Amino acid sequence: MKKTGAQILCESLVKEGVEVIFGILGGAVLPIYDTFPQYPQLRHILVRHEQGAAHAADGYARVTHKAGVCIATSGPGATNLVTGIANAYMDSAPMVAITGQVAKPVIGKDAFQETDITGITIPIVKHNYLVTDVAELAKTVKEAFHIAQTGRPGPVLIDIPRDVQQEQTDFVYPDKLDLPGYKVVSRGHPAQIKKAAKLINEAEQPVILAGRGIIISQAYDEFKEFAEKAQLPVAHTLLGLGSFPGNHILDLGMVGMHGTPCANMAVQNADLLIAVGMRFDDRATGNTREFAPNARVIHIDIDPAEIGKNIPTEVPVVGDIKSVLTALNAEIERREHVDWLSQIEQWGYEHPSLEIRQSDEVLPQYIVNQIYEATQGDALVVTGVGQNQMWAARYFVYTKPNSLISAGGLGPMGFELPAAMGVKVGCPEEVVWCVAGDGGFQMTIQELATLTQENIAVKIAIINNGYLGMVRQWQELFYGRRYVDTKLWNPDFVKIAEAYDIPGLRVTRREDVIPAIQKAMEYPGPFLIDFLVEPEENIYPIVPPGESLARFFEPSKPEVLEENLKDQLQNALQNAKKVKNKTPMTKK
Amino acid sequence: MTNTEHTLVALVEDKPGVLNRIASLFRRRSFNIKSLAVGGSEQPGLSRMTIVAVGDSAQIEQVRKQLDKLINVVKVSDITEGDMVARELALIKVKATASTRNEIMQIVDIFRANIVDVAPGSLTVEVTGDEDKLDSLLGLLCDFGVKEVSRTGRIALTRGSSS
Repeated sequence: MKKTGAQILCESLVKEGVEVIFGILGGAVLPIYDTFPQYPQLRHILVRHEQGAAHAADGYARVTHKAGVCIATSGPGATNLVTGIANAYMDSAPMVAITGQVAKPVIGKDAFQETDITGITIPIVKHNYLVTDVAELAKTVKEAFHIAQTGRPGPVLIDIPRDVQQEQTDFVYPDKLDLPGYKVVSRGHPAQIKKAAKLINEAEQPVILAGRGIIISQAYDEFKEFAEKAQLPVAHTLLGLGSFPGNHILDLGMVGMHGTPCANMAVQNADLLIAVGMRFDDRATGNTREFAPNARVIHIDIDPAEIGKNIPTEVPVVGDIKSVLTALNAEIERREHVDWLSQIEQWGYEHPSLEIRQSDEVLPQYIVNQIYEATQGDALVVTGVGQNQMWAARYFVYTKPNSLISAGGLGPMGFELPAAMGVKVGCPEEVVWCVAGDGGFQMTIQELATLTQENIAVKIAIINNGYLGMVRQWQELFYGRRYVDTKLWNPDFVKIAEAYDIPGLRVTRREDVIPAIQKAMEYPGPFLIDFLVEPEENIYPIVPPGESLARFFEPSKPEVLEENLKDQLQNALQNAKKVKNKTPMTKK
Repeated sequence: MTNTEHTLVALVEDKPGVLNRIASLFRRRSFNIKSLAVGGSEQPGLSRMTIVAVGDSAQIEQVRKQLDKLINVVKVSDITEGDMVARELALIKVKATASTRNEIMQIVDIFRANIVDVAPGSLTVEVTGDEDKLDSLLGLLCDFGVKEVSRTGRIALTRGSSS
């Protein structure tokens, strides 16, 4: 029996094990939507903006390790997906984005809602397709899912003209793939693994740089064994948090611009760096010329193009992290690095800016830390971009595997709410906290309607400082405190939530933080807390752009600044005096 | 590290948009292309592309790896280091009068080039060879007045029987 293109698409999605689709309809995808009722096993979640669909599919993908699926109509529907696709590409999240296209006869004629979405997305997808023959559709969907989910995952876009959705052909789902140009290396080269093991066995001051590749490969156990066997301290990239227990004695926390002093100092003083599933992003390395000056480098990654891209590598090992670490664990010797580990610990204690200071104000660090206390780490934390993201990264202890979902590479504000939605749909049994900034939250605030319509029980904590906070911090530190256009007039977020039929609380006093978090957790549905925090609170330490990781700035220790840094940060120093009366309260 | 010219040869699927994907990659990652030539290969459905890129060896290795990641690129190699045959074709339209025509034809002969079009005020020369040869011929013809030049860019294969 012949099937329409729309039916073939749905049949293929079912074959690929798709359960959820995030999307919003329009003229060029109407035949597909018209077919959905025939496939009740495909749950469609109607979002309010296509960017929300893409971020939700991304969040869903990161926690289920399956491709997230989003769908949008042609033209503006497709272009609205672009931010979400670019984000999935930067952070290697598997995604299949389906777009409607105008009918074949009018392609290239500037038809209503026509846009060249395959052309537009070339630089931000792993691959994309324009399907012009219905007979190619099933094969295309199979290839798309294979490409999206294997190797280094990423987004694949399938653009389907409206008439192709209506044309009919026999449905045969292919068994085999024909992708001569697509190669995935899984096992690392044995000789490279031996070389890596030799360096690890000989190292006196080794440090691991743990990235999201460990999470993608789900190599938590292998990685823990690796670190423990040779007593290798673990510094994380932002997206590597959640790959190793944050309360482990070998855990140093996050490295980079807002990294912990012990992680940054360890990297800068290491004699061996073992980069595992990470790509030496500039936010993690600081100035690359001065990065880890004494270290030899082992780089383990599935993508050969990442080797040597940003940092010269002595021993590359290309392969799947799980397989490489399994092989490596058999080759490395048990070691103890007593002096090195105690030196690192010392760096940790020397820097009290990691502690949450005593204050009558509601401090963002305190909020995040209390969400950790309330959940005991048994939650999935989805963040926005900016200060809220850094506080969430630094003051929540990621003891649960893959418990931080954050947009690291692209940094799109507004990721938090739709991504949290996707995370909760992917893991309905988990507690999902969305840590938002007041700026970013308003970029995708419309998805509150989706939460209510689908009863998706995301707990939202808005860190409301009335500023585009990270930009304000940069203006304070690097632009002479000139707060140009960072001050925000904000609506009453609790009233907004109420209008969306979501209960909420506003918290203005420190003693109300814990009860509000408890109340949110007890409520069965979505819940919003608007935390009015100290407006000019900063995230410290900060490595100024272009500086080495060793030259991080924190106001409690202004004397650590080098001379050249002092010039750059005169204003920050003045501010430091203002906030010097701080006393340590809690320590991670 | 010093910038040098590298010859990359890629076997690519003959599908719509492939050239766009490759050009987009070069632009996005700020790689420099000196020339790019593409045409059929010995295998149906596959085209062979010769790219001359300029950069240091680390940059060119990045180019090669990034090209290799494109799904439509089946194989890509940097053949600069090995022994290769590289050729380029040029069509040169040069001004010619009754008094200069003979001299031009002598030069064309020396370069083993061909006259492919003759008109009252011009001659069109077809020449094949490496870039140096084409440059030399062009240099000599410049004295007569070159009206138009069209060059294909380099195409290349490795020497020997291996493929």
